[in-house]
Amino acid sequence: MSDDGASEDGGDVDLAERTPAPVTDADYDEWLDALAAGEGYALVCPDGHGSLPPRRRCPECGSSPLSREPLDGTGRVETFSVVHVPSPRFADDAPYVTAVVDLGPVRATGVLRGVDPEGDAVEVGLSVDAGVEERATDGEPLVVFRPVDGE
Amino acid sequence: MTDARVAGVGLTRFGSHADRAGRDLFATAAERAFEDAGVPRGDVEELNYGNFMGALAEHQGHQAPLMAEAAGVRCPATRYESACASAGVAVREAVRTVAAGDADVVLAGGMERMTNLPTAEVTEGLAMAADDLFEVRSGVTFPGAYALMATAYFEAYGGERRDLAHVASKNHANAVPNEYAQYRREVSVDDAMDAPPVAEPLHLYDACPITDGASALVIVSPEYAAEHDVDAPVAVTGTGQGTDRMALGDREHLARTPAADDAAEAAYAAAGVEADDVDVAEVHDCFTIAEVLATESLGLFEVGEGIAAAREGITTADGDLPVNLSGGLKAKGHPVGATGGSQIAELTRLLRGDHPNSEHVPDAEVGVAHNAGGTVASAVVHVLEVAE
Repeated sequence: MSDDGASEDGGDVDLAERTPAPVTDADYDEWLDALAAGEGYALVCPDGHGSLPPRRRCPECGSSPLSREPLDGTGRVETFSVVHVPSPRFADDAPYVTAVVDLGPVRATGVLRGVDPEGDAVEVGLSVDAGVEERATDGEPLVVFRPVDGE
Repeated sequence: MTDARVAGVGLTRFGSHADRAGRDLFATAAERAFEDAGVPRGDVEELNYGNFMGALAEHQGHQAPLMAEAAGVRCPATRYESACASAGVAVREAVRTVAAGDADVVLAGGMERMTNLPTAEVTEGLAMAADDLFEVRSGVTFPGAYALMATAYFEAYGGERRDLAHVASKNHANAVPNEYAQYRREVSVDDAMDAPPVAEPLHLYDACPITDGASALVIVSPEYAAEHDVDAPVAVTGTGQGTDRMALGDREHLARTPAADDAAEAAYAAAGVEADDVDVAEVHDCFTIAEVLATESLGLFEVGEGIAAAREGITTADGDLPVNLSGGLKAKGHPVGATGGSQIAELTRLLRGDHPNSEHVPDAEVGVAHNAGGTVASAVVHVLEVAE
């Protein structure tokens, strides 16, 4: 997590230089980069509740500090849907499978690739690996799951 | 709690109003509410107004003072935003204000314009009710989020698409006589089954439409009604609200809505009624699975048993417990920031006996309204009772 120093609050924005972009956050981006490198982690509070950054407090119980615990990157599909009508950011990705995956201390939501969206290969309980790939529509980084090899 | 009375209700027709600005829609709803109430505009002490995506759809923020102008009232005016529960929250605060003795007359309601945006942009706009970092950036659309809940529900409790198709068919049938409804036509179970997929397992007829519309309610204290001889036979006797984790994936159970559980529990306790006392319900069926989850949170059915209610006829117009006699969001339409007010307007008409579907609940005394925001990260429940 980054410190919340006043100097980091960003007063020097040249509005003329700004172009529309998704909301971003350095802590979240750091987490995405780590996940992409196979070094994903969860933030865990003293009571053992997991969450994903950015967090200052545990969203479940309000406690702190939060420590980083490594994720092994393999999880279980808890639920899924095949999205046929996308938002503009996913126009060229559809149809795609969106899934909520249990990674242990946290669940993550992302797109499940490596399966046939029109078929019936996806089911609750499927083992998947979590990583980061690009959205087809605009190349932005995206949480992606793929079936564990051999499944 | 000290009750607040619904003195008057006003709705626009729900549907596409391509040539009407939001302020004009709300003006119409307010006009009808004042006419129904017989209360002078000058007595209004506050305006509580719900809206979700007006900044996107109409490039119009700061809508509350604009809507005060449109309604012809001059009083403190505040916009409430809680996604699709925006008007429900606005009404709840009106009821609490009146019950607390801080005002005798409050105008509450909401408005949304949606049809002037292309479908993809509406999809993007509605997705703003989900967690942008953890869900929207990962491809979750609003229908997609409810689809995730539907898959989880089927996995946990059983049920199938055809059960959901019965919910759609029932609500379309209920909308036929409703003059305010967007789709006054029947849809068969087979029609719903054959519709194109939006986000599996949800297909087109599992989803509410994109809708423009407004709702307005004149809420008064019982003392004001008595003093001014205002006919207000329906009381809001209980209100409750709940909040849950924003991202669906962060919740303990993916097929339950504890925010609505909490809201219902608080509303029932305030009213001194139980789920068994409920005669009729208007619930937030933005998707067919949402109606199932709502009825379970309201305690009308046990967890896992709501899925069969429409198929078995329990929640149909002639069933033991009619749900969404207005047509629901599914067929009546869902102008998101107006919906919560619309549900209470419909329930009031049903309890007063002047709704086209009142004949199906002639002896109803207790009604419950359930309004949800996002994937039920927010929920508001109101209990309405016939007081006179």
